[in-house]
Amino acid sequence: MRWKDSTYTGWGRVHRATGPLARPERASALQAITAEEPAPAIGMCRSYGDASLVNEGRAIDMTRLDRVLEFDAETGVIHVEAGAQIGNLLAAFAPRGWLPPVMPGTGFATVGGGIAMDVHGKNHHHAGSFGQHILELTLMTPDGLKVVTPEGDETLFKATVGGLGQTGPILSAKFALLKAKGDVMVVTERRVDNWDHFITLLDGCDATYCVGWIDATARGDALGRGILEEGETGGGLVKAAKRGKKIPFNAPGFALSPPIVRAFNKAYWRRVPEAGRTSVKPIDDFFFPLDKIHDWNKLYGKKGFHQFQCVVPLNKVNALRDMLVHIANSGLASPLAVLKRMGPGRGGYMSFPMEGYTLAVDFRNRSAAVKLIQRLEDMTVDAGGRIYFAKDALATSKHIEAMYPDLETWRTEVQKIDPDAAYATDLTRRLKLREAT
Amino acid sequence: MSQTWIILGATSTIAKIFARKVSERGESVILAGRDMDELYRSAADCLNRGAPSAQAVAFDARSLDSFDAAFDLAEATEGAISAAVFVGSMPPQEDMDADTRLIEGVVTDSFTGPAAFLTRLAPLMETRKSGTIVGVGSVAGDRGRLGNYIYGAAKAGFHTYLSGLRNRLGRSGVHVVTVKPGTVDTAMTWGMDGLPFLAPPEKIADDILRAVDKKKNTLYTPIIWWPVMTVIKSIPEGIFKKLKI
Repeated sequence: MRWKDSTYTGWGRVHRATGPLARPERASALQAITAEEPAPAIGMCRSYGDASLVNEGRAIDMTRLDRVLEFDAETGVIHVEAGAQIGNLLAAFAPRGWLPPVMPGTGFATVGGGIAMDVHGKNHHHAGSFGQHILELTLMTPDGLKVVTPEGDETLFKATVGGLGQTGPILSAKFALLKAKGDVMVVTERRVDNWDHFITLLDGCDATYCVGWIDATARGDALGRGILEEGETGGGLVKAAKRGKKIPFNAPGFALSPPIVRAFNKAYWRRVPEAGRTSVKPIDDFFFPLDKIHDWNKLYGKKGFHQFQCVVPLNKVNALRDMLVHIANSGLASPLAVLKRMGPGRGGYMSFPMEGYTLAVDFRNRSAAVKLIQRLEDMTVDAGGRIYFAKDALATSKHIEAMYPDLETWRTEVQKIDPDAAYATDLTRRLKLREAT
Repeated sequence: MSQTWIILGATSTIAKIFARKVSERGESVILAGRDMDELYRSAADCLNRGAPSAQAVAFDARSLDSFDAAFDLAEATEGAISAAVFVGSMPPQEDMDADTRLIEGVVTDSFTGPAAFLTRLAPLMETRKSGTIVGVGSVAGDRGRLGNYIYGAAKAGFHTYLSGLRNRLGRSGVHVVTVKPGTVDTAMTWGMDGLPFLAPPEKIADDILRAVDKKKNTLYTPIIWWPVMTVIKSIPEGIFKKLKI
């Protein structure tokens, strides 16, 4: 049977979709599907909102196409099927001294999903986005394979990278792995006292990998306190921790109530000694700390959760501070909050990154949080920033053009390859991305 | 000593994952099957994940003539040779009831084809006095049921064949593992409703590899199928014939 009626959700478990899914296990099976009934491709559904959902429509689950087709041990250039998970590539190649060039916050994300979202990692300030590392990608079009390179077909390439799957399923991609010193991380953690301290440290951070955890519940003098993590790869032997713990049930609502989160955050902040500390960690612990618990999204209970993530230009850092004040005063934030300085690197018309500061905060799904996020979105637009499609579940179409100035160019390019919008998803419909203005 | 696995039915998802796992252990593979493009992709995957050598070869369980190429490759390897058989086909029982010509294909794919190949390979393994044969059967072969008794009968035949082969090859230091998987989450079961204990193919491949290392004779995977099938096998025929399970 090719199509299976399925119900599935985004990572935030707020949106869900019901529709037929195919899950080809051979390249030829994907070809047959695309030739007869083109449908959007999805991966591990790690996008929080509805980017990987197709309600009442067909979608193709790409996760079974995950082979390494070529690897050049001299240059590190790898050619992989798009269903390969970035964490699996890390596990397979780190022992040989090679790392995926860009890794998002979860290793479960697929290569195809990483391209469609043009994901960034803790090294964005140096390495740019994932899409910028792609040397070649192979699209499965209704007429067969189409190889796209950034030089050979620049516009189609830029429409595909960060293009939310709207140019059709990506069968495989080629990119260069980065040479690493070894398969452990040397991590320096520093306590950050407040917002200004944080920005100063981020501005001065020259480590290869750099990310900040921020206590989004701290107010007053402590506003913006957190922990700055700087990482470099290193050699040595550290035993990997056992991963794959499961959450067997939905957590009750009070588990993330404001007093508990406040207390947790304070303890978490204090955990790092005042003078800071340097330790050696297994590589996946540094890159994918949350993957240790397989389905941590259930901790937010049945109603699910939202992640708000925006980026604002460097000179609008105060606007971001204002957002944090709103968040802290609301008392709605969960412990998961991240602050990072991004470089200018972005690979496609609809890519998220811009040079500036990005803030990501999780909120349990409830009406007060929804209102707050809408407010934060408005503040983002006013600051000339943008929100991240991989996280968004709530935005409306009105601000998209202001945030994504290349929208029209992208739309025109996508329209050429998919005139009937066969690859539309719940996100592109909600934000009217495919509709001409 | 170098180790080479000849994998029949290598385009099946469990076989692909099994091949990848032995490659990551530094063992070589010969991938045999019908879809050559697919085999080349998987062979590349094995090579890039650590197999010293990975070859693809055309093999069709329904054509004895096609066995030569795979057999020749096996013969040409040095060191220990092992074999894993993942071939089999399972059309719906109703289809076979309606068109009895389908039966022969199912029996060939699931039993006589692999048996013919393994019987031909056996002397080679006996000479080398090492190696393992993994034969993938099915819990469906443990008892004939309303839902798929022709497939079940073919697998039962294969189980009995493997038991005899184990009896023979054990004398030469060659071990035979009979694998009885339950329902597995692959293209074969995609879209079927109400399958009990549906297991990811990754889990089956891991269990097989462990059974190879521990020299188990019979493996039920996931293990829940061992008590389940023990109960099902113990139901008296007089009662069983009235059941619909």
